[in-house]
Amino acid sequence: MDIQSRKRELFKEFAPRLETTSTVSKIYISFLIAIILVGIYAFYLQMSEGQIVTGMRDNVVWGIYEVNFILLVCISYSGAFISGILHFFHTPWKTAIARIVEIITVLSLLIGPIYILLCMGRLDRLHYLFMYPRIQSPITWDIIAIITDIFACFIYLYLTFIPDFAILRDHCEERKIPKWVKKLYKTLAIGYQDTKTQRDRLHKITRIMSGIIIVLAIVAYTVLAWIFSLTLQPGWNSTIFAPYFIIGGLFSGVAFIIVTMYLVRKFYKLEKYIRKMHFKVGGIILLILAMLYGYFTFTEYFSRWFSHKKIDTDLLDTLFTRYFWEFIVANYVGILVPIGILFFKKFRTINWVTIASVIALVGIWINRYLIVIPTLETPYVPIQDTRVDYIFYAASWVEIALSFAGIAAFLLMFTLIGKIVPLVPMNYILDGHIETKKVEQKDNEKISE
Amino acid sequence: MKNKQTEEGETDRRKFLKLGLMTSLTAIAGASFVTSLAAQEEEVIKEPSGEVMRLLTPDGKIVEVNASNINKYPEAYITPEESRKGIPDRKFVMVIDLAKCKNARKCVEGCQKGHNLDYHQEFMQIKLIQDNPLAEPYWFPKNCMHCDEPPCVKVCPTGATYKREDNIVLVDNERCIGCKFCVTSCPYSARIFNWEHNAKFDDKSQPYSPETNVPGAVGTVTKCDFCPDLLRQGLLPHCAQSCPEGVIYFGDRNEDIVTNGAETVRFSELINKRGGYRHLEHLGTKPNVYYLPAVDKLYELEDGFDVNEEVKERYKNVPYVQELKKQGKI
Repeated sequence: MDIQSRKRELFKEFAPRLETTSTVSKIYISFLIAIILVGIYAFYLQMSEGQIVTGMRDNVVWGIYEVNFILLVCISYSGAFISGILHFFHTPWKTAIARIVEIITVLSLLIGPIYILLCMGRLDRLHYLFMYPRIQSPITWDIIAIITDIFACFIYLYLTFIPDFAILRDHCEERKIPKWVKKLYKTLAIGYQDTKTQRDRLHKITRIMSGIIIVLAIVAYTVLAWIFSLTLQPGWNSTIFAPYFIIGGLFSGVAFIIVTMYLVRKFYKLEKYIRKMHFKVGGIILLILAMLYGYFTFTEYFSRWFSHKKIDTDLLDTLFTRYFWEFIVANYVGILVPIGILFFKKFRTINWVTIASVIALVGIWINRYLIVIPTLETPYVPIQDTRVDYIFYAASWVEIALSFAGIAAFLLMFTLIGKIVPLVPMNYILDGHIETKKVEQKDNEKISE
Repeated sequence: MKNKQTEEGETDRRKFLKLGLMTSLTAIAGASFVTSLAAQEEEVIKEPSGEVMRLLTPDGKIVEVNASNINKYPEAYITPEESRKGIPDRKFVMVIDLAKCKNARKCVEGCQKGHNLDYHQEFMQIKLIQDNPLAEPYWFPKNCMHCDEPPCVKVCPTGATYKREDNIVLVDNERCIGCKFCVTSCPYSARIFNWEHNAKFDDKSQPYSPETNVPGAVGTVTKCDFCPDLLRQGLLPHCAQSCPEGVIYFGDRNEDIVTNGAETVRFSELINKRGGYRHLEHLGTKPNVYYLPAVDKLYELEDGFDVNEEVKERYKNVPYVQELKKQGKI
């Protein structure tokens, strides 16, 4: 009975956000939709006129679509990794942030592959990838990995939603929630009655899935890194690319999660659940990852610079002359400033940790850009051409519009999910409550003995 | 935890496993059924049709021949399917004599004419390579190397690019999805991409064949193809035919013969006597285009700048060229 009343309390706490849409929220959603519409127009332009409307040309054939793809899929994989670990090892403070992490995982894995599809010249032949796949190609491995990962993360996310849907279904009759949403709760709760056997079974399944997701994330990550490192190109053909990508991705993922935590806490008024401790722990994890990531980046560039093979020095020349400021921001500012901020306990406050995360995110986007594009601008055979757009790459408005449209789509889907389900998992709060009750009971028994 | 037994005596777990097994078996059966349907389409092309044709032989006899065998004449249209098999018993190879090249660019123009390319689309490119700061640069005609271990073929996700038995690497523009992984993989920058729709793509006067590369398709990759349509007729590729200096030798490694149209030499002798080498050998791609070093060059470097301004501009970053410009020789 105690649990039932606790459920009713939780529902009363989270329900208001599900019912009303404030004016600010409406303006925000329309703004996002406007950006997405511009992106759809840009997409239409690209489909009708060909990829000539982008900045990609015969030497730099992969541009910021690839960069966005790597970054979003990195964030997704690291989200999967982190949520898997949070769940698998029963971390106590995962309660508030677990769902946010899982939603980020699924959403970025849905939006990331859109960018790689935009990079394809013939989208009308997309099904050829499934009709005539070549198993020897790293791209086929990546497709298998991403599809498997999408399924697994979706299933995992849904499993964590089931108990919440059950609570929402049980308590939503009196509320002003639209009818179709109430029906949605009922169908998606699939008859979960929160009996002990059901709860135990659900926990068991979720724990197994979380373990699977950790492994899947690492495998899928490695495959993505191999798309680059299995070629012969300077700057890509590195033996440590897979671990480098994993660490870089974890770094960007944690930074992204911290920023999302900050925004969700602020705009959904969840100060009670997302507390300073989460940011402190997030800050320490970000610090460790920043140091590891800086170590890997340093190793990569230092060994190339020291042994100065001609093709490597050509690449470093490009990086240090044409991309001088980008290099500084990505690999010095983007790594050292977060380390500097997070090193000191005094600075591990909510605001400072978020600032460090934003700087880290900007730095890592530029770092991914510097991995993809300068390599293509310094091939083995010199580009001897007169057309500037064939020598240097510059993103066109179509690519920039589509990049922003992707971010807007991500934010829109996140907001819409937040309208249907509370962003803090009620069942985890309940689990915590049940755990403390068990401990209390044991203590009472001991006292009565 | 006690297993709940249903009335039929099966546990929930067993039911679930059975369901999963049946679903996967159905899926596999369905998939193989679909692929066999697709394969049947291909088989239909390979099987000879029942049609026979009556022909007159040179001796004046009338013979009946199976209609599908008629298509083997040299100028025949080779479908994308057939182009995956090479010209039998050949291992094509090209030798480029850097000592004789003077940047006449006739190879570039001949290739562009033969493949209906635009001015800036070059399957054969002339680079100016300066090996080290003290050496004089040399003109370096570079086309696709048709490597024995092609990094481009390795990474193609749909099998749109393939290596044939006669050494030629082709691109099937009807299979290519335009992912450009092959373009990034090629260390010789041999491949180019069709970025926009071109009016010439709408030319339906001849059916598409990967052996001719005509007409192209937007959003696909294309490159030098060693002109197999000409090879089937016993002719040299467009570049070798067009070169006024006989720089480009083309031939067959199986017969150990290469020719530039004027002279025919033993391939192995040419490579051994003149020190033939392959570009970027250390990358392990095993290219099939050999280069004869630019020793005792026939022409001065300055003679190669007798071209239009736009082409001259391309080489402005080569240090020796800047020297020559300062000295007023160009």
